[in-house]
Amino acid sequence: MSKAENKRRILGPLIPGLTSLAKKGPSGWMVIIGTIIVLALVIMTTIGPWTTPHDPIKYHGPIRTPPSPQFPMGTNHLGQDMLSRILCGGSIMLQVSALSVIVCFLVGVPLGLFSSYVGGIFDRIVSLVIDAIYAFPGLVIAIAVAAMLGTGVVNMALSIAVVYIPSYFRIVRSQVLTIKELTYIEAARATGARWHTILFRYIFPNVIPSIAVVASINFADAVLTAAGLTFIGLGVTVDVPDWGLDLTSGRALIASGAWWVIAFPGLMIILLALGFTLVGDGLSELLNPKLQR
Amino acid sequence: MGLRSYIIMRILLTIPTLLLLLSMVFVIMRILPGDPVALHFEKKADPETMEAMRRVLGLDKPLWEQYINYLWGLVDVGYFLEHGYPSLGKSMQTFEEVGGQIFSAFPATLELAIYSMVIASVMGILLGVISSKSYNSLLDHLIRGSGIVTYAVPVFFLGIIFQLIFGVYLGWLPTGQRIDPNISPPATITGLYTIDSLLEGNLSKFFESLKALILPSLTLGIILSGIFVRLTRTNMLETLRLDFVTAAKARGLKESTVTYGYALRNAFLPILTMMGLQFAMLLSGAILTETTFSWPGLGRYMYQRISFRDYTAIQGAVVMFGLFVTLVSLVVDILYAYFDPRIRL
Repeated sequence: MSKAENKRRILGPLIPGLTSLAKKGPSGWMVIIGTIIVLALVIMTTIGPWTTPHDPIKYHGPIRTPPSPQFPMGTNHLGQDMLSRILCGGSIMLQVSALSVIVCFLVGVPLGLFSSYVGGIFDRIVSLVIDAIYAFPGLVIAIAVAAMLGTGVVNMALSIAVVYIPSYFRIVRSQVLTIKELTYIEAARATGARWHTILFRYIFPNVIPSIAVVASINFADAVLTAAGLTFIGLGVTVDVPDWGLDLTSGRALIASGAWWVIAFPGLMIILLALGFTLVGDGLSELLNPKLQR
Repeated sequence: MGLRSYIIMRILLTIPTLLLLLSMVFVIMRILPGDPVALHFEKKADPETMEAMRRVLGLDKPLWEQYINYLWGLVDVGYFLEHGYPSLGKSMQTFEEVGGQIFSAFPATLELAIYSMVIASVMGILLGVISSKSYNSLLDHLIRGSGIVTYAVPVFFLGIIFQLIFGVYLGWLPTGQRIDPNISPPATITGLYTIDSLLEGNLSKFFESLKALILPSLTLGIILSGIFVRLTRTNMLETLRLDFVTAAKARGLKESTVTYGYALRNAFLPILTMMGLQFAMLLSGAILTETTFSWPGLGRYMYQRISFRDYTAIQGAVVMFGLFVTLVSLVVDILYAYFDPRIRL
């Protein structure tokens, strides 16, 4: 089997191409729409700095002006243009969630693979610790860790990662428990394959689809947790355009009735989280029609 | 195994879990950063001041001794009986006992949690049943779609929107606090205002506190309801296909009796488990909801302490959240065993 063919066999159920996804009915469409939303927001944020009509950080005059032709999304309490802040305000959130997903993947997956493959007392202890974290209110842990680490993109990502590593660990572990008993693994062992070959070459590819589901849900949760941390005062604190930060400062303006400083950043966060949720839900139904989160 | 021995075993099993949880909090709050006192002052204080604070808070002792004191504070029954709260150390900001502050903030969180859970489960179960009854219709898709969307909504955004609409524009409902600041709160018996005002026989206070509860509990309830809709729907779809439902229908029982009296009753156990699991998520949401609505509970306490870099107080709040979740999962497991004897096997 050629390498490309092999790749296709493994990733087949995961990325069957747009046309065949559309043929799979509503779940397929969920994945397509979710992917489009996420890609659109990523592109918008990336090219944001070049497309903004005004400097998102500069003060442009009248404060709290409602949407008008000059400022289509109005201005905030500092007189900054909301449209410009919306166009590049996803950057921190995307960085934080991507980084936290990477950390979760790098820690949770190998730990899950190794722990359930080795079994025994090691597996028991790791599972116990992971379950304790899993049962805890996620935001409380994230707040505790973030309070100790301090603010900033990397620290935010790490504190969110602590919360979601258990999801990766648990899904990988439960799948490896059944896979490692299959005959082809026994055959591999009989031919003298070493443990890391078995783990990463033979077992790992089979858990990729489930990890993809967990990762997309993790992305959505990370976006929401990042917004929550910012709201509590543990996110970015300096004045960079950020949807979470704008929503947080918008809260102080409720009494003035300035809906536009609240609604636009809030809707952007919803859209981003929704995109990831759609991908996750759709994938999960495609891969396992009976399993619904 | 009888129910009683199951309960005893389940309680015994909770002890190692709790110990692990408490140790984890200790590692995060005391060992990871190195020195909470230096963090508190952001390295701007002179060494003597920092040393004095360490001595007052007991942070100058060796780590193992701090760890023992920390655990002992939680099980010291004598201290608890004398003060009415466990010993969780002193606040770095006010030097008052953190335990006392936390115990006076806790009922507000409990009240918010109870009302939100009721709203989430009633709304979720009703919508879930409707969705499953009209399987694959437009209504079904709408309900499912709204469930997915609510999952993506930050809880504090929904809260702010509610405040804006019902508080600022329409002026119908209060946007913060547990009761109008001009009204004295009811005498503390349970700490839950709606119950205390009823016990006091004061109906106007009851309605005032209920009014203050509407927006925060609706906010949190709606966000949580999505997961109940989903679960009720899947379970009902499976149950409605079973023979005993068909048999009940064949006997000419009313549609609503079959749905709610027969099918829903059978689909209820997984929903009960979900309520227990969702409790942790509810508390995460409560922190943000309390902050949004200036609700003087544990979450808002934590939020305020963060801005003072009051690490001992944050640690106390984290411990309290952990104890609360452990207790709830214990109760849910026991309830589950009571309703479904197979668990006890």
